[in-house]
Amino acid sequence: MTAPLVILGTGLAGYNLVKEFRKHDSERPIIMITSDDGRQYSKPMLSTGFSKGKDADALAMNDAGAMSETLKVEIRTFQKVTSIDAEQKKLFIGEDVIEYSDLVLALGAEPINLPFPGNEHLMHVNDLMDYHKFHEAVKGKKRVVVLGAGLVGCEYAHDLASAGFKVEIAAPDLQPLSRLVPVECGQALIPALQSLGVTLHLGKAATQVIKTEDGVQVVLDDGSVLQADVVLSAVGLRPRVELAKQTGLSVGKAIEVDRHLKTSHDNIYALGDCAQVAGFNLLYVLPLMNGARALAKTLAGQENEIQYPVMPVMVKTPTLPIVTCPPQDESKGSWNIEGQSPHLQALFKDSEGNLLGYALTGECVAEKMKLNKELPASWYK
Amino acid sequence: MAQEHKKWQCIVCGWIYDEAEGCPEEGLAPGTAWGDVPEDWLCPDCGVGKDDFEMVEI
Repeated sequence: MTAPLVILGTGLAGYNLVKEFRKHDSERPIIMITSDDGRQYSKPMLSTGFSKGKDADALAMNDAGAMSETLKVEIRTFQKVTSIDAEQKKLFIGEDVIEYSDLVLALGAEPINLPFPGNEHLMHVNDLMDYHKFHEAVKGKKRVVVLGAGLVGCEYAHDLASAGFKVEIAAPDLQPLSRLVPVECGQALIPALQSLGVTLHLGKAATQVIKTEDGVQVVLDDGSVLQADVVLSAVGLRPRVELAKQTGLSVGKAIEVDRHLKTSHDNIYALGDCAQVAGFNLLYVLPLMNGARALAKTLAGQENEIQYPVMPVMVKTPTLPIVTCPPQDESKGSWNIEGQSPHLQALFKDSEGNLLGYALTGECVAEKMKLNKELPASWYK
Repeated sequence: MAQEHKKWQCIVCGWIYDEAEGCPEEGLAPGTAWGDVPEDWLCPDCGVGKDDFEMVEI
C-alpha cells in the first residue's frame, strides 16, 4: 500500500490545496494534521468580523468533520508534528509515526511578538481561535490600542472603530501602510480613520505595557501613555520555519522552494505564508491560491511551474478603499501622483515610462483593471 | 416583473458580488445575474473561480 499524501496545516493553504488536488485525483489517501481545531474559515474575513457583528462561530464555515467528509481526507486536530525523518519519509507526533509519500508544509506564519516589558498582555489575531479570544476579551469593553499601522493594523482599526470601539493606533512608521503605498496615499487614509474616531500616534513606538486595575497602559517612546482595555499587536508576521530547519531543509526568510513548490528535499513541498517561492515570501491570498493550484497539479503528476499573474492587494478600509500593487524591491523608477486627496492615483514608472506598480485610493480604485493590464504580464519572475 | 437581485460571496476572501451593482470595473454591467457571469470569471480579490462562491443571505 502506498503511503498517504500528508499535509501539515488546515489554513487557507492546506484546505485550498486539497480542494484543488481533489479536482485531479479523487482517490489518493490524504492525511491533514493541524495544531488547531481544523475549522475552515476565510482568513481575510478576520479583519472585517466586528463591523459585521460576527463572532468566531459565525466566521467558521465548516468544522473538521465536515471538511474531512467533503474532501475525503483524514484530519487530525490539535496535533503537533514533533519531527520529520526526510530520508525514511516518516513524521512523528510524539510516539506516533506516520509514513508519507509526499509531504506538504502549509504551516503559515506567526505574529511577531514585540520584545518589551509587559508583552504578555498583547493580543494577536492570526487565526480563528485567536479571533475568538480577542472577541471575548473586548466584550463589553470600549478602548482598544492597535500597535502597527500596516495592512492588518489599519484594517483592524477600521473594523473595530466601525463597530463602535474607541481605537488608538500607535506605530513607529510616519504614515499608514508604509510598506505598501507611497506617502501621499498612506496619509489619505488618516482622515478616513479619524472620521471613525480613530486617534493615530505615528512615529511613536510602544516600549512597555503595564497591567492596571481597569485595563492596560501602553507606554510610548516619547513618554506618553495610552489607556486601554485591550492592546492588539499587528506588527507583522514571521513564517513558521522551525520544523523545516530541524529537518535540515534549506531555509532563508521562509522555507525555500523552487517554482514547483519543492523544498531542498525530494517529496517535501511548502506552500503559502511559510514558503519562499523562487526567492519571494508573499503573505497574501492571491499568491497562495496560485501556489495551491500549481502544487495540486504537480502532486497529481502534471509537473507544473507556478506563474504569478498581477496580484494587487486590497486594503479593507471601506471608508477609503485602497488597492495597491507595489513595485518590486529592486525596481528603479519613481512615483507620480495625481488627483486630489483622498482620491489618488499613484503610478510607479521607470525612466522609459513603463508602469511597474501602482497605488489607488478612494474613487480611483476603479482604475485597477485598466492598470493591471499595463503592468508586466508575469510578476515575480 | 422586477427581478430580485442576489448577493454572492467569495468563500475564500469575502469579496461580495452584488447583482444589482454588477461589477463595471470587471466588465459586468449593473443587473448582471450570477448565472450570466462568464464561467471563466475569477474573483477580483483572490482569483478563485465561480464554484468557490456561495450565496450570501440577504
